[in-house]
Amino acid sequence: MKELELYVHIPFCVQKCAYCDFLSASAEPSKRQDYVDALIREIRGYRQAYAAYHVRTIFVGGGTPSVLTPEQIRAVFCALRESFCVDQEAEVTLEVNPGTGTREKIQAWKEAGINRLSIGLQSVRDTELRMLGRIHTYRQFLEIWDEVRSAGFRNVNVDLISGIPGQTIKSWGQTLETVTNLQPEHLSAYSLMLEKGTPFHEKYGEGKQIPDGEPTLPDEETDRLIYEETERILRAYGYTRYEISNYAKEGYQCRHNVGYWKRKDYLGIGLGASSLIGNRRFCHVSDLREYQKRVKNRRDLCEETTLLSVKDEMEEFMFLGLRMTEGIKKPDFYRAFGRTIEQIYGEVLARMERYGLLEIGDREVRLTDRGRDISNAVFAEFLLE
Amino acid sequence: MAGIDQSKIRNFCIIAHIDHGKSTLADRIIEKTGLLTSREMQSQVLDNMELERERGITIKAQAVRIVYQAKDGEEYIFNLIDTPGHVDFNYEVSRSLAACDGAILVVDAAQGVEAQTLANVYLALDHDLDVMPVINKIDLPSAEPERVKEEIEDVIGIDAEQAPLISAKTGLHVEDVLEQIIRQIPAPKGDPEAPLQALIFDSVYDSYRGVIVFCRIKEGTIRKGTPMLMMATGATAEVVEVGYFGAGQFIPCEELSAGMVGYITASLKNVKDTRVGDTVTNAKRPCSAPLPGYKKVNPMVYCGMYPADGAKYPDLRDALEKLQLNDAALQFEPETSVALGFGFRCGFLGLLHLEIVQERLEREYNLDLVTTAPSVIYKVHKTNGEVLDLTNPTNLPDPAEIEYMEEPVVKAEIMVTSEFIGAIMDLCQERRGAYQGMEYIEEKRAVLHYHLPLNEIIYDFFDALKSRSRGYASFDYELLGYEQSELVKLDILINKEEVDALSFIVHSGTAYERGRKMCEKLKTEIPRQLFEVPIQAAIGSKIIARETVKAMRKDVLAKCYGGDISRKKKLLEKQKEGKKRMRQVGNVEIPQKAFMSVLKLDEN
Repeated sequence: MKELELYVHIPFCVQKCAYCDFLSASAEPSKRQDYVDALIREIRGYRQAYAAYHVRTIFVGGGTPSVLTPEQIRAVFCALRESFCVDQEAEVTLEVNPGTGTREKIQAWKEAGINRLSIGLQSVRDTELRMLGRIHTYRQFLEIWDEVRSAGFRNVNVDLISGIPGQTIKSWGQTLETVTNLQPEHLSAYSLMLEKGTPFHEKYGEGKQIPDGEPTLPDEETDRLIYEETERILRAYGYTRYEISNYAKEGYQCRHNVGYWKRKDYLGIGLGASSLIGNRRFCHVSDLREYQKRVKNRRDLCEETTLLSVKDEMEEFMFLGLRMTEGIKKPDFYRAFGRTIEQIYGEVLARMERYGLLEIGDREVRLTDRGRDISNAVFAEFLLE
Repeated sequence: MAGIDQSKIRNFCIIAHIDHGKSTLADRIIEKTGLLTSREMQSQVLDNMELERERGITIKAQAVRIVYQAKDGEEYIFNLIDTPGHVDFNYEVSRSLAACDGAILVVDAAQGVEAQTLANVYLALDHDLDVMPVINKIDLPSAEPERVKEEIEDVIGIDAEQAPLISAKTGLHVEDVLEQIIRQIPAPKGDPEAPLQALIFDSVYDSYRGVIVFCRIKEGTIRKGTPMLMMATGATAEVVEVGYFGAGQFIPCEELSAGMVGYITASLKNVKDTRVGDTVTNAKRPCSAPLPGYKKVNPMVYCGMYPADGAKYPDLRDALEKLQLNDAALQFEPETSVALGFGFRCGFLGLLHLEIVQERLEREYNLDLVTTAPSVIYKVHKTNGEVLDLTNPTNLPDPAEIEYMEEPVVKAEIMVTSEFIGAIMDLCQERRGAYQGMEYIEEKRAVLHYHLPLNEIIYDFFDALKSRSRGYASFDYELLGYEQSELVKLDILINKEEVDALSFIVHSGTAYERGRKMCEKLKTEIPRQLFEVPIQAAIGSKIIARETVKAMRKDVLAKCYGGDISRKKKLLEKQKEGKKRMRQVGNVEIPQKAFMSVLKLDEN
């Protein structure tokens, strides 16, 4: 049987955050129920098509999947397990917003077979949380934290954002130490990205004037120092950076996400969800009513399908694989494409190594620290003509 | 058309400082003569090129023939010859004037006499034209027609008492202008039976008819079948058609005789054969001498033009060839640059001409261009006695082979209100100007006379002049000649490699300053690269300025999960596309516009 990963999208939030450009919105309970009904109908439709696959990871993301009621969670997972062959030891992750957890829900997660939680904390400072438009305080996070630990969740990620306006290396260091004292198994530390169409972009985007006295974005240099500081502090606490923004204790890397970077097959379920099956990337419609209509009429949910050429696959292999600290393995490249990496990328590899951006061994290629800082520029070099 | 009474013909042009309302008055005259209804009128009939309208100036001389029913009951034929309104096209202006018998001088009732007003009037007087002043824009609240009349009389020395006070915009008193044309502009002279003598004042290329020659018949008569001879170029051809200019169209007629203005077609393939200023005569019965004043116009300003996409080189060549069919002053020859690849060294009458050609190439021929800094023609006197006309700084011989160099110098007249005299004199000083004198033309306005090196004014002199006088100064110049000068070649090194397309010739006294500014400017133009990039200015092997473009610090996407991959790929592609639009010099990517930065060194 072939391996498969599942992603399930829950496009609802209590309130949209100021920096978020993901497909999500707030919605009243009846709308959420309609969506869950459609989702379940979609899931059940896959029974035959994916009979040849076994599922090694499930990731329920959003939006805020933790807004779902215990019944909704149960129903979704019931449908998943009935329709797919889910491995016994599969990694099953749910994204959680600290403002939406209750003891009852946590119990339902546990019962549904969820064995990994990813909690969006972002900051331990309430002023920063408010600025980001988060609905919770640090105290609320601590309450949830205790609940999930006592419910027996032993694989938990905490999301943090660096580069928040007003942040300094010192204040970031304090945030990190506060969180690491809780000993989560996994940490994601994202440098704030200004995405077009978000309130943050409106306020802090290029050329925007910040009123006097209000905090401004850390400059580029501070941003990079914060990045370096993150690795230094987390290493001291026993976390290894295994990807540009991801840190884990030994054995706790997120298998689902690593799958994306290693180009494993994944099926996205729900509104706007993306998939990679073989050399086909496709993406569901992102309009909620259109999605529900199509599910109801059993029509194709795809809005966009791309058949990847060998060239596309080589490019993806490089710019996804190099995100990981271990880099890419030369034999893997040869196995996938029947050509050596030198045949395809010899010149770029040599040039990037000369600039000190890549570290090239006999069997592997990885970014240097400097290469990681400007990884987009490095990745762009791997696009073929 | 035979048998038109010469006394009923008036050939004239309208001269004015830019924006004083020349084109608007031309429109009104055409409108009032009833040749076109208001509805047919485009806003500015004479300026029929899109580009000209946008710039508000007239580039190519054209003419229109209109019929006026005068108050005395007679019908008159007016040939209104339009003149280009910029110093770059001075020669073309002079030929257009030579085709006229009189000129209407339009002066803005608020602005009064300006530098170009004077320059144009002097040109008209040089051609023995009767100048008829008209005061325009009297509807403006700031209009001071009486003051302006006095100014015309005092400064120019022509009688302005009878000058019609008009508003070309509203059409007010435009009839007075028409009536005065009959009284004040003399009718043409000339003998229709004499040997043919016709002045070419313009020519255009039409893909169906070949070259169309615009001319004024001074003596004799021309008709279909006349074997014509261009006296300066020696080209000959048989006349296919003659005619006159309707508004926006050619109207064929039997013949053109002395005193008339019209066009000739013959199967001529290139406007180079029909140079403006040349004399057309009958090859079988030639006139004794050509009309005076012909000269071959030569480019004053050169620059390299390269296709942004190297594969478009043949397209650029085709486009330049097509433009040249209509523009005898445009010159080009192939050249190669290490940094920019294959392109052309192009010669222009001036910076405006350069800009117009560049815009037409980009707009009409859809070409993306990289243009190098404009240069004038330097005369390089070599130790072996040879004299080299240098149009491309890269070709400067080894300093050891150079005895001395000369640069072109112009005679400039700058008109300015008294409060800005100091600022403008400072500017001229900075630009190595030699003060020649100053005279007050009225209480508060003066004309400054300077000799200025041409290479100091081709970049941004005009902009600097305007900004330092809050827009009040006006400026006119003509080439004076060559003067010996201490000139050096300034080279720019990017990441230790000399970039030939960025080299320029500069006076040794300003070389340090220029080099420093150039490095500063390039630092802002060149984006951060994967590594640190030094930018240096050098004279020979001596580095005189240095800046550094720091290495890129952060370019990273924090998140890339299942739903981000396609979008991320597009971002990377865009990034790569952006790099493609840059020029690769060694390992450094330089944006196209950086090659033009030398033009804007004084911006701030």
